[in-house]
Amino acid sequence: MTPEPAGIVVVGASLAGLRGAEALRRGGYDGPLTLVGAEPHRPYDRPPLSKHVLAGALEADATRLPELTSLRARWRLGSAAVALDRAARTVRLADGSVLAYDKLLVATGAQARPWPAETGGDLAGIHTLRGRDDARTLRTALVAGPRHVLIVGAGLIGCEAASCLRDLGLPVTLADPHPAPLANSFGTFVGGVIAGCLRDAGAVFRPGTQVKAFEGDAAGRVVRARLADGSALEADLVIAALGAVRATGWLRRADLMADPGGLTCDAACRARAADGTACPDIYAAGDVARWPIPLYEGRLVCVEHWGNAVEQASHAARNMLAGPGDQRPYTHLPAFWSSQFGINIKLVGLTAGADSVAVVQGSRASRRFLAVYGQAGRSIAALSFDQARWLPAYAGAILAGAAFPPILDATDQPRIERADPGFSPSRASASAPRPVEVFHA
Amino acid sequence: MPDEVLPDEALFTAVMNPASRADPYPLYARLRERPVARQHDGSYVVSTHAAIRALLFDPRLSSEDLPPFKRPPTGNPIRDWILNPIRSRIATAHRPLIFRDPPDHDSLRAAVMREFTIPRVQGLRPRIAREVDALLDACRGRGRVCLVEDLSYPLPVSVICELLGVPESDEPRFQSWATQLATALEPDARHDVETRRRTVAAFDAISDYMRGLIREKRRRPVGDMLSGLATLRPNGLKPMSDFDLIATAILLLVAGHETTVNLITNAMLALLRHPKELERLRADPERAPRLIEEVLRYEPPVHFRTRKALGAITLAGETIPKGAPIILLFAAANRDPARFDDPDRFDPDRPDIEHFGFGGGLHYCVGAPLARIEAEIALVALSRRLVAPRLMQDPPPYRPGASLRGPEQLAIGIDGIA
Amino acid sequence: MKSVGRAGALRVVVDLNRCQGYAQCCYVAPDDFALRGHEILFYDPAPAAARRGTIERAVQACPVRAISLQAAPDDGEAP
Repeated sequence: MTPEPAGIVVVGASLAGLRGAEALRRGGYDGPLTLVGAEPHRPYDRPPLSKHVLAGALEADATRLPELTSLRARWRLGSAAVALDRAARTVRLADGSVLAYDKLLVATGAQARPWPAETGGDLAGIHTLRGRDDARTLRTALVAGPRHVLIVGAGLIGCEAASCLRDLGLPVTLADPHPAPLANSFGTFVGGVIAGCLRDAGAVFRPGTQVKAFEGDAAGRVVRARLADGSALEADLVIAALGAVRATGWLRRADLMADPGGLTCDAACRARAADGTACPDIYAAGDVARWPIPLYEGRLVCVEHWGNAVEQASHAARNMLAGPGDQRPYTHLPAFWSSQFGINIKLVGLTAGADSVAVVQGSRASRRFLAVYGQAGRSIAALSFDQARWLPAYAGAILAGAAFPPILDATDQPRIERADPGFSPSRASASAPRPVEVFHA
Repeated sequence: MPDEVLPDEALFTAVMNPASRADPYPLYARLRERPVARQHDGSYVVSTHAAIRALLFDPRLSSEDLPPFKRPPTGNPIRDWILNPIRSRIATAHRPLIFRDPPDHDSLRAAVMREFTIPRVQGLRPRIAREVDALLDACRGRGRVCLVEDLSYPLPVSVICELLGVPESDEPRFQSWATQLATALEPDARHDVETRRRTVAAFDAISDYMRGLIREKRRRPVGDMLSGLATLRPNGLKPMSDFDLIATAILLLVAGHETTVNLITNAMLALLRHPKELERLRADPERAPRLIEEVLRYEPPVHFRTRKALGAITLAGETIPKGAPIILLFAAANRDPARFDDPDRFDPDRPDIEHFGFGGGLHYCVGAPLARIEAEIALVALSRRLVAPRLMQDPPPYRPGASLRGPEQLAIGIDGIA
Repeated sequence: MKSVGRAGALRVVVDLNRCQGYAQCCYVAPDDFALRGHEILFYDPAPAAARRGTIERAVQACPVRAISLQAAPDDGEAP
């Protein structure tokens, strides 16, 4: 009697894990399939958490994702993978059980970067927002009616949260070391528009502000933030929106190119061993994967976007089922959306390294516009504020490597002026060798 | 069409030929071989799904391609040299929104959308159902239904009149004006003087009528859409001018029924040609939505629309020069084998019917939700009430239009009305 | 539109990268889909099971096919 094959194990039961598993079944894989998830929940959708769930329009548990193919899977939920043994081809889970695999899809995603405990991160009232339980806890805290909410970090999550909280009528201060919100994603030229939205919504934006520590009361509840300049900000509820770290801790001893910046893959989504060779039986997809993006000279990036999770997982699954001679490279145009202050924001491409930006349709003043980012005379990204209908044309221009600015002679086009996008110097020099770039959504 | 070998530059001329009306799809297949094909007259026909999708979102495409509204000479110098040029200029400046670009287009469309409310559209359902039943009741005792005149035509007219707030007694006048104005959307209708004369007469008549009706709605606004548009004072937006309002009302009227006529008729024709699908619809009316989407792909009510290039556009290896007319051949893209498996098969169970039956992009059909409701109610009723329906003539005779393409008449033999 | 996320509910997700705000779903299923502002789509990811027919209509009506609805009840054993 031959032993039952171990089959495919998918570690990570969020969007990428789910869509990867579906793609395996759709691709004809009929063997054993196991999904491992750290959280006790079946895969759920994260984007609504920082929007409609915080706003109270949706319950946190309403966002469970549809399963679009019959998965016939074993679910191992509520017990995170803690170690990988590549030689034995096994994954050990937190509950001590060991799963054998023939092929492995790593889709463990990322975790919210917590506020360090030594500077007050353990105080009650300090929240992060990444998972469904975070959203539920935060929502409960918001309903209790905090007097001073401080959001640290004016990235997409911070700004979306600020928008929701103002809709709820809560007093909000948003602190960020940059001169404008969303400066990392869009630069200060566009970030200034969101600064205006924050102002109009009645939120206090504190640019150039470094929070050093949080201080609590006798009961261990946060009462204020201590800033770098020594001053203090009152806060009885804090949202630490500091971005994410890739969930690679469980791969520490697996001799892979893995660190908090991600798990490095080759063009076909195969994980790279520490010596740089691609593992034929280990693939990665979604937030955790650090991969060479062909559209941007093959530099290594983590793309923490919903669309990348879906597409990369499907692609990895396809390659998992294909022979070694039929491994196709993953080509993808990054794209994400956000909604805040009543505006639908969509971006295609990567803005990193942009040296210019131009509003090509509409105007910043009207808060309805399309902006294109350029690098060395080439169009590299396009951003829409409530002008999504035109975005596919600009996506096409970016894919085609069109000159910057692209698409002249357009309807409703202002006189095109190039501006400095206003990225901080460290980010603007994309050509400088750096371990990884991360793009948040 | 005779099976002659046409040069690529003449393919669209052949599409325009009424002899191609019953089955233009072989010509479309030839056109798709060159996704962007220059024609004799310097226009460019775009026919693949990918190319049309790219152009629909391209801001260099202008819809302001309607040639100046030129009135034929009357022999009266004051008319010909003073009055008519002024009227022409006004009509050109206040084109309806399908012939406008942003930002003007956007504010006009936003005004229409504010009045084309979900409750208003959904609220028409009972009226549509009553109307369909009444129209079919009227066919009792006959051995055949002439679908266009018995149902496809009168239904949308009465629905759009109800929505706008046109008194029922004026509907017949509307029908003839609308039919005449719809012919103006066909590219070749602009050349014939007699057609132009009739179109201008219909336009003037309907404009005068609308002016009076709008005045009436302003005096005594009721719950209809025209009252809403006529009294609209949106915050921070300038109210629609009377000229724009008249143009909008005329557009809604014409577009609101000439297209739906084709949708209902084309759908029934497809069902009669695929009796199993008719049978399945009869057994399960929940199949109607996917059936209608497949009809919108397979036999769309509007086969093409024209645009103009505001700048040079390079696509699929061809550069369309600035100013060139562009024909977006939606019906060809809907049969593109690169996008749809076995595209010439009528299959409502296709997994993703991403069609251009309502166009796409900025000018996506405003009335699509209403058209879907009308078609659904009509088709479900036809499937249930026509006893032993059969096609009397296949292919049926077609109306001359190549863009708004649909049967002139669809004779259906029946054993009775249930 | 206030979903309770209860067991037995339908599961819906919209690819908001694809969504272009055509609002066709809002006309078909106004209790489940709504457009906010110019083009923000808000939808109920967990409508009651009885709404399946209506949601399927919305799926069909979407011009860019951005709406996904789980076709059948879950399979695969839970832990």
